[in-house]
Amino acid sequence: MTVAVADVPAVPPDLLTVAHLSMRFGGLLAVDDLSFVARAGQITALIGPNGAGKTTVFNCITGFYRPTAGHIALERGDRSFDLDQLSGHRIARDAGVARTFQNIRLFPRMTVLENLLVAQHAKLMRASAFSLAGLLGLKGFREAEARAMSLAEDWLTRLGLVHVADRECGTLAYGIQRKIEIARAMCTEPCLLCLDEPAAGLNPRETAELSRLITSIRGEFGIGVLLIEHDMGLVMGISDRIVVLDHGACIAEGKPAEIRNNPAVIRAYLGEEDPRAGPGSTDAPGAGDGA
Amino acid sequence: MAYFLQQFVNGLTLGAVYGLIAIGYTMVYGIIGMINFAHGEIYMIGAFIAMIAFAVLGVAGVASVPMALIVVLLLAIVFTAAYGWTVERLAYRPLRGSFRLAPLISAIGMSIFLQNYVQLLQGARVKAMGPLFRGGFVLMEDEGFRVTLSYLQLFIIVLTVALMAGFTLLIQRTALGRAQRACEQDQKMAALCGINVDRTISLTFVLGAGLAAVAGLMSTLYYGVIDFFIGFLVGLKAFTAAVLGGIGSLPGAMLGGVLIGLIEAFWAAYFDAAYKDVAAFSILILVLIFRPTGLLGRPQVEKV
Repeated sequence: MTVAVADVPAVPPDLLTVAHLSMRFGGLLAVDDLSFVARAGQITALIGPNGAGKTTVFNCITGFYRPTAGHIALERGDRSFDLDQLSGHRIARDAGVARTFQNIRLFPRMTVLENLLVAQHAKLMRASAFSLAGLLGLKGFREAEARAMSLAEDWLTRLGLVHVADRECGTLAYGIQRKIEIARAMCTEPCLLCLDEPAAGLNPRETAELSRLITSIRGEFGIGVLLIEHDMGLVMGISDRIVVLDHGACIAEGKPAEIRNNPAVIRAYLGEEDPRAGPGSTDAPGAGDGA
Repeated sequence: MAYFLQQFVNGLTLGAVYGLIAIGYTMVYGIIGMINFAHGEIYMIGAFIAMIAFAVLGVAGVASVPMALIVVLLLAIVFTAAYGWTVERLAYRPLRGSFRLAPLISAIGMSIFLQNYVQLLQGARVKAMGPLFRGGFVLMEDEGFRVTLSYLQLFIIVLTVALMAGFTLLIQRTALGRAQRACEQDQKMAALCGINVDRTISLTFVLGAGLAAVAGLMSTLYYGVIDFFIGFLVGLKAFTAAVLGGIGSLPGAMLGGVLIGLIEAFWAAYFDAAYKDVAAFSILILVLIFRPTGLLGRPQVEKV
C-alpha cells in the first residue's frame, strides 16, 4: 500500500508528543501531568519562571531521566519512537533528537572540528566497521569520513568559525562555544533540536545573530525546534507556538500574540499579590518586544 | 660504557612490556575513572594462553617460527580480549553508577579470582618453555664485554613501537578513538551524540586486554617461565608506569613504561638487583607526593 504524499496538510505533522508527563523527585513534583506537541518545521518555545520544570522536560525527552509517569513519543518519517523507553544514545542516533545545554557541554579537550565529527559518530562507526577499516584506510570509510568532514566544514563556514576549527573548545570564548554547540547538535542530523537557553550570556548582537540562525535552521532543514528561553524578545520574535509552564504544569499554550496577553501567564511571571508590579521586568512575556 | 649500553637495551625491552600493560590501566582510568586491578591478571592470562598455544602448535608440528609467532599472537590477543570483555561485563558494568569504591573492590576480587582460577586449572608450578629465538646482533665490543641486542629483544621493541604507533593513530584519527575521548570527557553528552557508551567502554577493555596479551606473549618468550602469580608484580609496576607518565595519558603510559624499565635495569646493574622493585615503587611514592599528575598528565584545574 502506498499513500500519496501529494496533499500537503495545512498544519505540519506532530513530531514530538508529550502526553501526561510527570516527573517526581522525592517530595517534589517537578513536572505535573504535562501534555504538549511540537511540530516539524516549527519553533515551539517552552517558557516559564525559574524552577518551572522546563529543563526537567528536556532531560526526560533526551533520556537523562526516566519519567515517573506519562509518555513521550516521536515520529521520524514512518517510524515511531517511545523516548521514555529508549536508552540515551539511541534517542540521539535512531530517534534523531539533538540538544544543547544551558551550561555549555562541549568536549573541552577536543578541537572544534573533532566536536563536530564526534556528533557524526554513528554513521562513521558503521562505515568504518568499528574503526578496522578506518585504520586500514579503506575506500568506503575514507568517503564516509570525507562526507562527515564536509558537513562539519559547512557548519563552520555558515557560522564563520573556520578559523577556530583546530582550536580546543575549552579555550574559546563563550559566545563562540554556544554557536559550536548548536553546530554540533545539527551535525547529528536531527529531526528535533532542543535548545536550552541558547541566548543566555549572549550580548544583543549575538542574540540577534542567534535568532537568525534558529529561524534559518527551521526554514532550511524543516526540523522541529524546541526552545527554552528567558529572553522574551527572542521567544516572541521567532516562535510559532509557545507552551507556558508554571510549577511543572502547563498554564497556557498558543501563538505568541495569544500568550502575551494571557492573564494566567502574566500572573505567573509577575505574581498577584503585588499590584505595583508593572511590566518593567524584561522577563515578562509582554516586555522586550522591540529586541 | 658497554655495560651501560647493555643495560639500556635490557631496560628498554622490559620497559616495552610495562608500557603495553600500562596503556590498559591508563585507558580504563581515563574512560571510567577506575583502576582496573585485575589488569595484571589479564596479562598473566595472556602469557598462559600464549604458552598453551605454543605447546599446541608444537604438537601439531608447526616448524616455522614466524608462522607460529603470528598464530600465537593472534590467538593470545583474541582469547585474552575475550577475558577482558567478560571481566568488564561481569564485574564492572553492573556496578556502574554505584558508589566509587564498589568497582575498585570488585576489581581486587576479580584479580584474586583470576589468580586462583589459573592456579586451579594450570597448577601452581612454574611452567617453562625453551627459547624460540637464539642469537642476536653484537652492537659493540669493549674489553671483552659484548653488547648484544638479541633478535628477541629487537622483536619486542619493534612490535611495541608498531603497536603504540597504531594505537596512537586509532585514538587520534578514528571514529572509535574519538568516541573514546568523548566518553572520557562527558559520558552523557557522548550518548547524546549517538555514541553507545557501554559498548565504547567494553571496547576499551578489549583493546587494553589485547595489548596485555601481547605483553604476556613477550614475557613468555623473554623469560621462558611463567606462573599464575606473575600478573601481580608486573601489574603493579605497569600501574606505577601509568601513574609516572600521568594516568589517563596515553603517551604518558608509554613513557612511564620505558622509564620504569630503565630504572629497574640500571638499579639492578649498578646497585642491588634484590632491591630493584623497591626502586620502582619508590618512584611511585615520589611521583604521588611531588607530581601527582605524572609527567604528561594534565593538572586538574578547578574553574571558579
